[in-house]
Amino acid sequence: MSKMIVPLGPQHPALEEPESFTLMLEGERVAAATVALGYNHRGMEKAAESRTYVQNIYLLERICGICSHSHSTCYVQTVEALAGAEVPKRAQYIRALIGELERIHSHLLWLGIAGHEIGFMTLFMYAWKDREIVMDILEMLTGNRINYGMNMLGGVRRDITPEQGQKVLEALDALEERTEYYKNVILQEQTVAIRTLGVGRLSREDGLRLGATGPVLRAAGVVKDIRKDDPTEVYNELDFKVATDEHADVYGRTVVRVTELMESYHMIRQILRQIPDGPLSVKVPNRIPAGEAAARYEAPRGEDFHYTRSNGTDKPERVKVRAPTLANLAAITHMIDGGFLADVPIVIAAIDPCFSCTDRMVRVKDASSGRDDVWNWDKLRQYSIEWHKKRGQDLGYRI
Amino acid sequence: MANLMSVGTAIFNILVYPGFLFLGVLSLVYEYADRIIYARLQNRVGPPWYQPVADLIKLLTKETVIPSEANNRLFRSIPTFAFAATAASFLYIPVWNNRSLLPFDGDLIVVMYFLTIPTLTFFLAGWYSSSLFAEIGGIRAMMQLFAYEVPFYMSLLGPAALAGTWSISGVSQFYREHPLLILINIPSLAVAIFSAQGKLERVPFDAPDAETEVVGGTFTEYSGRFLAMFRMMLGAEMVVVAALIAAVFSPFFIGGNAALGLFLFLIKVLAVVFLLALMRAALARFRLDQMVSFCWKVLTPVSLAQILLDLIIKGAL
Amino acid sequence: MTSLGKMVPYLFKMMMKKTDTVLYPSVEAKVPDKFRGSLKFCPEKCVGCKLCERVCPADAIVIEKIADKQYKAIVRMDKCIFCGQCVDTCNKDALENTAFFELASGDKASLEVEI
Repeated sequence: MSKMIVPLGPQHPALEEPESFTLMLEGERVAAATVALGYNHRGMEKAAESRTYVQNIYLLERICGICSHSHSTCYVQTVEALAGAEVPKRAQYIRALIGELERIHSHLLWLGIAGHEIGFMTLFMYAWKDREIVMDILEMLTGNRINYGMNMLGGVRRDITPEQGQKVLEALDALEERTEYYKNVILQEQTVAIRTLGVGRLSREDGLRLGATGPVLRAAGVVKDIRKDDPTEVYNELDFKVATDEHADVYGRTVVRVTELMESYHMIRQILRQIPDGPLSVKVPNRIPAGEAAARYEAPRGEDFHYTRSNGTDKPERVKVRAPTLANLAAITHMIDGGFLADVPIVIAAIDPCFSCTDRMVRVKDASSGRDDVWNWDKLRQYSIEWHKKRGQDLGYRI
Repeated sequence: MANLMSVGTAIFNILVYPGFLFLGVLSLVYEYADRIIYARLQNRVGPPWYQPVADLIKLLTKETVIPSEANNRLFRSIPTFAFAATAASFLYIPVWNNRSLLPFDGDLIVVMYFLTIPTLTFFLAGWYSSSLFAEIGGIRAMMQLFAYEVPFYMSLLGPAALAGTWSISGVSQFYREHPLLILINIPSLAVAIFSAQGKLERVPFDAPDAETEVVGGTFTEYSGRFLAMFRMMLGAEMVVVAALIAAVFSPFFIGGNAALGLFLFLIKVLAVVFLLALMRAALARFRLDQMVSFCWKVLTPVSLAQILLDLIIKGAL
Repeated sequence: MTSLGKMVPYLFKMMMKKTDTVLYPSVEAKVPDKFRGSLKFCPEKCVGCKLCERVCPADAIVIEKIADKQYKAIVRMDKCIFCGQCVDTCNKDALENTAFFELASGDKASLEVEI
């Protein structure tokens, strides 16, 4: 059979963000696949070097629109470690609360996307409808639907009142009922089962070898969760199980995420019961003592890693971010090899990809002259302005 | 003079009612019905009533881009072929009474033959677009044709075998006289509804134009008025298929009173469209290989058993 | 046990219910009280310390002196990311977030507002 090369992306309806997959097809089967990343590099790490520690909270929060709290918490933890600040217990509980609410909204969003990828738009509509419940709760608690801006250096910015806690509990009851429904009905729907069972298999050994993380790895039966393995904040004071599954395929990943939803409801109830009174924050100086620190955080998509190096000024010398999607990308080509073209979208979606969060530093090196500049923020901005001007996209307004 | 009158009536019948124009209006009405039912099943508000018309007008005013690689003449003419075949098949389907415009013995076969042409044009449209995704979509449409066509034919042949006629009008006449016999054909109705989804390329059998896999599928390169023609044709095909299923499986025609007959026709087609929309809402998309095996391993045996059952009952009658 | 059309009973149930979506511009959208929307500035409280200017992660706010002990704030709404850090930082409570969020405009220059 003749071979055909199909470009899936960087612009493709199956992908929410730009990423290029090149598939070699034999009929409907994928014979080989490659992935090319780097389509949405935003220069965030470089930009972080020219902003103060406080400004960076908001910059790094915007790495990802869905797991924004994970990134900002992870970053704030590194800075607090550098400054030696002890975050009050109440603030830690509130951070964990927002983190778990974020996990709920991210997993429900994923469930909807998965439905869209297998042509089940009704699942998409209902999952996103239920997601609105938790979005409203987050909006009420933090003042925004995404990019909550809840973290500050040394604590959190907003308190939660008992009335708000009551509303959260009410919402949890509604969500729990809906999640039970998904567990009992959607996972039992035959068309969903045949599209996910045995699709995109990633065995335990392959998952560990390729460095997969988060629900992708847990679906292969590996008990690995930063909240258990390296508990930050108050996770060691909460009673929860790490959701795992033995299917090691897209179905298993769905089961893991739905189980995690149930665990999150359980955890939020504990948080609201156990939350102590006390101050919301401690003072952290503008100038952070020199040193370096790293932090890990279990984002909805897997392990998020932040590294910060300080040189004693009010701006970090280096910030490094490893988003969970980067860890899972290597496993994608392995999972789509030998599968059907029709399964490629759902297999890619099953890692819950966040390609824009993934793209990090690109070093421009001129091969002929060997010139190797490192650009600062102003130079990058100037370049961008000129680039747009050359293409007639200057709006006559300062950027 | 009488001759001239009848020629005038024939032209009116073909162009206006119950022919081309009527079908065009019906396709817009039922496209809206399909969309609003689908939306309500998903607890959404859904589009306003004029949305299909607005979509059509918008597409007609858009620029038409034809790929330079594509075969220009075929690219332009294929949508017309598709629409013509669909419109022609509608002439053999009874509307307000149990007699179609041009009935003859064997028109059931002719309608099914006409309804195959749109799928062939999808393949050609995809092939002559010379675009990767359109080609994959076209090949998928072709593969799907081999899967659903047999159960679709056989599901309609079962009731026809029991009636002992190959004419749609004859079939509906027969079941009007023996209304209870229609209950025997319920498995066949289920098969017909399932394979109709394949014919109309809707979820769960929409692999040829599944956007998350093959972008726009067959229609990837189509735009402007040619795409509008295809969209119109898909709406018309849905009406024709729904009317065909309604004519064969629900015999409750009331002859004589045109207004009441038309009303009942609209209700029956709406019921079939509702079933189609419900299926679209309740199921996920089958993969092509799963679709083929489902059609051959489930739908075909069921419709074969149905034909057998019908023949046995026919013998007993 | 898996089967086809598991969702059908639920779909019928939801079909009878009131729709969950609304036709947004014609139906008013509500936000909670402490929503971080468009900024409000109280000139009588401002002492011109310009702390808000310094903490702003997006360089969206500028405080200008118009007369002795009188200041005005110019906000670039297109740059503002609505984080509310300026509101938190201000020692004199001269800035606050309002619940106003419908800020879309066809003219970019109109987004630079004096508040």
